[in-house]
Amino acid sequence: MGLGYTIKIGGEAGQGLQTIGDALSHVFTRAGFNVFTYQDYESRIRGGHNFTQIRFSDAPALSPRERVDILVALDRESIPRHEAELSEAGIAVYDSASLKQKYEKENFFDIPIENLALEHGGSKLMANTVATGAVLGILGMGLDILSGIIRDAFGRKGEDVVNANLRAAGAGHEFARKGCLKCAFTLPKAGAGKMLMAGNEAVALGALASGLKFYAAYPMTPSTGIMLYAAGKAKDFGVVVEQAEDEIAAINMALGASFAGVRAMTGTATGGFSLMVEGLSLAGMTETPVVIAVGQRPAPATGLPTRTEQADLLFVCHAAHGEFPRVVFAPGTPEQAFYLTNKAFDLAEKYQIPAFILTDQHLADSQWSCDGLDLSRLRYNDYRLRGDAFKGLKEYKRHAFTETGVSPLAVPGDAPYLVVTDSDEHDEEGHIIEDAATRIKMVEKRLLRKLPLIKKEISPPLLYGSEKPDVVLVGWGSTYGVLKEAVDELSKGKSIAMLHFTEVCPFPEDAGYLGLLNKARLAIAVENNATGQFARLMRAETGFEFQAKVNRFDGRPFALETLIAELNAEIGRL
Amino acid sequence: MPKLEDYKGQSPAWCPGCGDFGILTAFKNAVVELGLEPWQFIVVSGIGQAGKFPHYLKCNTFNGLHGRTLPPATGMRLSNHEMLVIAVAGDGDCYGEGGNHLIHAIRRNINVKLFVHDNHIYGLTKGQASPTSMEGMVTKTQPFGVLSEPLSPLAFAVALDCSFVARGFSADIGRLKELIKEAIRHKGFSLVDILQPCVTFNKLNTYEWYKQRVYHIEPGYDPYDRQAAFGRALEWGEKIPLGIIYRNDRPILEERVPVIKDAPLVRQPFDPALPGLRAKVASALKGFY
Repeated sequence: MGLGYTIKIGGEAGQGLQTIGDALSHVFTRAGFNVFTYQDYESRIRGGHNFTQIRFSDAPALSPRERVDILVALDRESIPRHEAELSEAGIAVYDSASLKQKYEKENFFDIPIENLALEHGGSKLMANTVATGAVLGILGMGLDILSGIIRDAFGRKGEDVVNANLRAAGAGHEFARKGCLKCAFTLPKAGAGKMLMAGNEAVALGALASGLKFYAAYPMTPSTGIMLYAAGKAKDFGVVVEQAEDEIAAINMALGASFAGVRAMTGTATGGFSLMVEGLSLAGMTETPVVIAVGQRPAPATGLPTRTEQADLLFVCHAAHGEFPRVVFAPGTPEQAFYLTNKAFDLAEKYQIPAFILTDQHLADSQWSCDGLDLSRLRYNDYRLRGDAFKGLKEYKRHAFTETGVSPLAVPGDAPYLVVTDSDEHDEEGHIIEDAATRIKMVEKRLLRKLPLIKKEISPPLLYGSEKPDVVLVGWGSTYGVLKEAVDELSKGKSIAMLHFTEVCPFPEDAGYLGLLNKARLAIAVENNATGQFARLMRAETGFEFQAKVNRFDGRPFALETLIAELNAEIGRL
Repeated sequence: MPKLEDYKGQSPAWCPGCGDFGILTAFKNAVVELGLEPWQFIVVSGIGQAGKFPHYLKCNTFNGLHGRTLPPATGMRLSNHEMLVIAVAGDGDCYGEGGNHLIHAIRRNINVKLFVHDNHIYGLTKGQASPTSMEGMVTKTQPFGVLSEPLSPLAFAVALDCSFVARGFSADIGRLKELIKEAIRHKGFSLVDILQPCVTFNKLNTYEWYKQRVYHIEPGYDPYDRQAAFGRALEWGEKIPLGIIYRNDRPILEERVPVIKDAPLVRQPFDPALPGLRAKVASALKGFY
């Protein structure tokens, strides 16, 4: 499992949990550790109780832990909520002056965070920097990396701000080093510096890397981060990011942009996606390429707006009226999200279909470290008919019947031929028809001819662990990390493997995974939903029936310790 | 130069005598007189009798969803602002189902030309009240008469400072043609509400009814005077003004988006830029360390 620790920072919204968390996680990744961070926040701007949790290790850190090694309590509420999570050698850090409470316990470490901030940084605003320095002091880490991060972050604000922060970090660090008599942390071995990325950022960057030109969306948790990142890079990459008046407008704008000749995308949460489904059907009928990122959160209706769930797999795979092809990808890590977003663009353009990136709040907001991304793996083909290639034709029909069902998609205005499409059933030219013969041919073209070709593009699930397992854990999307770590943990005594699906629609053809499942003594579907939607999809697509299911639907991601206990209970019944 | 024959599309499935025929004729004449070739513009339409309009022309066509003409039109303009984009909708389509988009298209001042076939009734679904149906009009779904106050699209548009606001009448093809030309020439979001009798379902707002009431706004009227325009836009009933009610010279959205300042998105290099794109991604990746 490797050597590593978990740090939890608890407090009210607006207290700067994320500032401390960001600084620490970047210190750890720059130091070369594997890092996983995740936030648990309420749907409010100020107050309440939130926490951010950072796990670092010399082995891959892919999922949240329940045991906490350092608890930084920025409010009093953090103590009763999280004290029991402390590990045997765990330390709780607090400031008795700002919490107005003194704890006479051995593993509680009182640091005058605000006073140190005032004294050394000249302002209470430096408290977060003091706390960050203190955590590094407790761990026995130096300040070099943090100093670099401070210079990067505040350099633009001038030397005074940089120096004040450096002094504040130093004060917290020194106080912790000298004052924490109970602190006995052994640092894991560092490797080469890593990058740290959240799912939303990976989707946005994947889109930019795929030639995204137009992004329209209406803000909604947990997908707003995609728009934020894309808007921040709009100028560099030459992308128009338009905030639409609603999700209906967002998808229809994206379709208009795509029709006009550019790569277009929209993103939303599943609630917003409910508004988009008529537009999705329009994409299907008009064969207009579009990429749609959908972030799941607990529902029905508004549900738990800032929390996580995997309860919209069947919705997204089946949404919208009528029959038309689509692809749905459910990445498990930011790395997978980056490459799958690229593949979604490629397939959307190649087959003129809607392509989905289905995430959830856990993947969207959590950050994972990785060694880097391989840009040579990116697919980038322009399938559109533009400029001279379009001008050189003898005639043009937007929905011409072809062997593959894929008709040439031309840029209107590039040649004196007309580009016509319609949400009504239409003929090859795109004009409204009512006759049965054309309808049949159009369905064959749009759906039946394309489907087998699209299916061939779909990759099989990833097998991890034993190649002849007794027990198979099956999951999809954001449970990748926790399942992988569960396999590592349980492999010590058992023959076990994980089968993880990221390309879920069309359902991957059997490349041997059914044999593996049938030979195993126990196949468990692990899902962040109440009913086991993937298990149902799998039964519908393959006839395979799971012997056991582990479901979590309290709005929280699986944590390794509880998941292992539940898996052991299922395995114990064998 | 384009000719009228170039615009001969499919044969219309409208009822004989439908006001839409007059709009079609006026539109064809307008684009021919403006020297526009059929491939030089896109018509986006919704659903309803007006939604079929582009099929009866010849032009680039995106016949989308009911109520959703303006969002695709906005996406098209932001991707290719060198392309003329025209939206055609009915009163139910644009003022009912898609009302929200109208508000925001006006706010954005996206340079789209919107022509609304306003017959004060739902035709395709056979005779229910529309947002502009007059109070008291009895239909099969409003047996006690329309109980809501009708929307005044022009007053609404003037209130939102819409860049170009006009009203035409489908029976006055010559003047309607001129209005369409003026709307296309205008830089800014343009709403032309076109009164169009529905001969099958609207027994109230007939050709005769309109002919007794419509008048052309007098020369010398200043369409840049917003307060006067608001008064004129509210006129309905005994006297109904036709012509340009209001206009302003607000900058269009397309000119305010820095990313498309030098060239439309669709003209920005695609394939040849791949190495450049990779370099940008590589540089963006540095932000994650």
